[in-house]
Amino acid sequence: MTEDTKPEFAEVTSERSFNRRGFLRNGLTVVGAMTACVGALSPLRELDGDDIPSVEKFLQRHYKEMNGDEMASALDRIRREVKKRWDIDPIVRDVRAKDGVEFVYALNLSRCIGCRKCVHACVEENNQSRSPELQYIRVLEMPRGTTDIEKGNHHYDRPTVPDDDHFYMPIQCHQCADAPCVKVCPVEATWTESDGITVIDYDWCIGCRYCEAACPYWARRFNYTKPEIPAADINPEMSYLSNRPREKGVMEKCTFCLHRTREGKMPACLEVCPTGARKFGNVLDPDSEVSQILKNKRVFVLKEEVGTLPRFFYYFDERYPRSEGTAEATGEAK
Amino acid sequence: MKEYFRFLWRCFRLSFIGDRRYIAWMTFLSVVALFGLNAYAKQLVFGLATTGLTDQVSWGLYIANFTFLVGMAAAAVMLVIPVYVYRNKELHDLVIFGELLAVASIIMCLLFVVVDMGRVDRMHHMLLRFNFPISMLTWDVIVLNVYLVLNLHICGYLIYCAYMHRKPSKAFYIPFVFLAILWAVSIHTVTAFLYVGLGGRPFWNSAIIAPRFLASAFAAGPAFLILTLIALDRFTAYVVQEKAFLTLRNIVTVAMTINMFLLGCEVFTEFYTDSAHSASARYLFLGLNGYHGLVPWIWSAIGMNTVALVILYLPLTRRRRFMSIACALLIVGIWIEKGMGLIVPAFIPTPLGEIVEYSPSLNETLVSLGIWAFGLLIYTIFIRITVPVLSGRLAVDRLYLRDAVADLPWSAARLSETKGNEGSAS
Repeated sequence: MTEDTKPEFAEVTSERSFNRRGFLRNGLTVVGAMTACVGALSPLRELDGDDIPSVEKFLQRHYKEMNGDEMASALDRIRREVKKRWDIDPIVRDVRAKDGVEFVYALNLSRCIGCRKCVHACVEENNQSRSPELQYIRVLEMPRGTTDIEKGNHHYDRPTVPDDDHFYMPIQCHQCADAPCVKVCPVEATWTESDGITVIDYDWCIGCRYCEAACPYWARRFNYTKPEIPAADINPEMSYLSNRPREKGVMEKCTFCLHRTREGKMPACLEVCPTGARKFGNVLDPDSEVSQILKNKRVFVLKEEVGTLPRFFYYFDERYPRSEGTAEATGEAK
Repeated sequence: MKEYFRFLWRCFRLSFIGDRRYIAWMTFLSVVALFGLNAYAKQLVFGLATTGLTDQVSWGLYIANFTFLVGMAAAAVMLVIPVYVYRNKELHDLVIFGELLAVASIIMCLLFVVVDMGRVDRMHHMLLRFNFPISMLTWDVIVLNVYLVLNLHICGYLIYCAYMHRKPSKAFYIPFVFLAILWAVSIHTVTAFLYVGLGGRPFWNSAIIAPRFLASAFAAGPAFLILTLIALDRFTAYVVQEKAFLTLRNIVTVAMTINMFLLGCEVFTEFYTDSAHSASARYLFLGLNGYHGLVPWIWSAIGMNTVALVILYLPLTRRRRFMSIACALLIVGIWIEKGMGLIVPAFIPTPLGEIVEYSPSLNETLVSLGIWAFGLLIYTIFIRITVPVLSGRLAVDRLYLRDAVADLPWSAARLSETKGNEGSAS
């Protein structure tokens, strides 16, 4: 009986059996399998040149480990990449934190009218992807009588703002002092700088999106695909840790426009605000506007219970400013 | 050493040999795996935009499968404990099947994590700057890889010893067996902490998640083993003792009961207090503001789990068919509960209260199926090698393939018996 079945297993009954039929069949199987593998991998032909890291980029070290020369060549590489892709000569710098500075943001909810100018100014300043459009700031339209953000409307669309029955609450990265996103990053691609700004080394991020899951303020954005920006919209003033163009597959976020603010300018969202609802400055300077606000206004932080110690504060104008001394003081503080 | 490479070479060749059913099964798995590879190649080109993921729901099917499979891997120890702690020698061989399942599961886990990454080309950054011990993800990387190595060592060593007719030296594997028991608990606990540690996600920020993970793992893993053993018993010459099934069934039943109890605790806490933090649970079980994408999923999972548990408690399960049905229901039920039911709702609504629903894209589904197929492919090969070795038909002094083949129903002897029935089919 075994004789009958032998042909079926002929090529397998000993370790070195090379009869012709078996050889042919094995050969065809191997060729077939190889063809199938190549076929399966064929989409890779469309991989962009930029998607395959150059040796230089592959070996580039973590931001904190790079010495001056290495940083210079990294900045130069970014320049070349921008030139190649958009035919623009950008100014790419590595703007470092200054000593004795800790930035905080304060936002006056009595003044915000929900015009979303900050949202768009931010996109323009920071070279975010336009297609799909990434935005760091989300403005919620809140019904009066609650600060529960789950009741806010993210997609309000009115011919004119503000609406009398609502107030408006812009939310962006809160630059937490005890930032959960920094804690969870497995490769230290994101960290908090000495001036309180949480940054990302876009060349170090592995794209696991753990930080995005960890953030209680939904402040992080991921490049699910290659960011598209028209050449005319590129902001050529770039810095390594903030608004240089990003690649697909990495995380990005608000950096308080560190390339501006570390040199004494105000963030783009503040400059564009038509009502002066946004205040920004150094909290270590007791005379700064933000220090005064923290001292004198009725300030609160969002989701204080998650314990991340935000550097982003909300406040209301007081109806009866304390400086007037009496409860009978009249007139609204404007 | 030379002998070892010969062993590996024999294993390699053996994995290509079998009857039509075996070849068909392996071809099917390979084809699905290749479709998955193709889908992943597309994902590499176009980015994770090929998935259904968004900034609102940034983890989905991949991480859900990852979580489920960590559980499957951990469950291998539920076989180890009766054998080594309670010295139940009859189940000795089954430990190896359990640990091989762990190996295959961990490989799948690692693949699911890799496909979820936006920049695979930077994987080496893990080695250069490893945020240990602060990031729970680094803990997970360590425990999973060590667990993989532990299990590879234990079953590799035992199988090779059997192949060489050597008596395994206890010092060489017993300590690792006990370490693996502890380690199995650790992989699941650490994976749970990955989620539990996020204060901004109230749905996850609950101490009960880790125990729930363990309970569901200890139900789903042994259930999968039962299915494997039923298949082994049916399709190969390998005889599985009835006692093995009973032990496994008891483990599954107890673990599943605890799992359902813990789920009940969770549901009570979320709904009785009715706090604002229960929005995700509300979305999952009842729907929120007119969105109820996950409601049918979770209720079908609870339905399947309940039916499976009822069947398991009945004497009915002495019959293989009912046992298989119960196990299959239970595996699917737990997959939904832990995957779609645990990962996705934590993102809905977002921390800012926005509701964006998630459903996996076709490409994402293909990648996931591909990984599953690849995992099953590996597991089938492991079993294909282990069965003849354990039954002594493949050994160092045995001329190898004919005898090894004889271990399977498609062996020469059995084939000739069935040939008459099958007629012209060949």
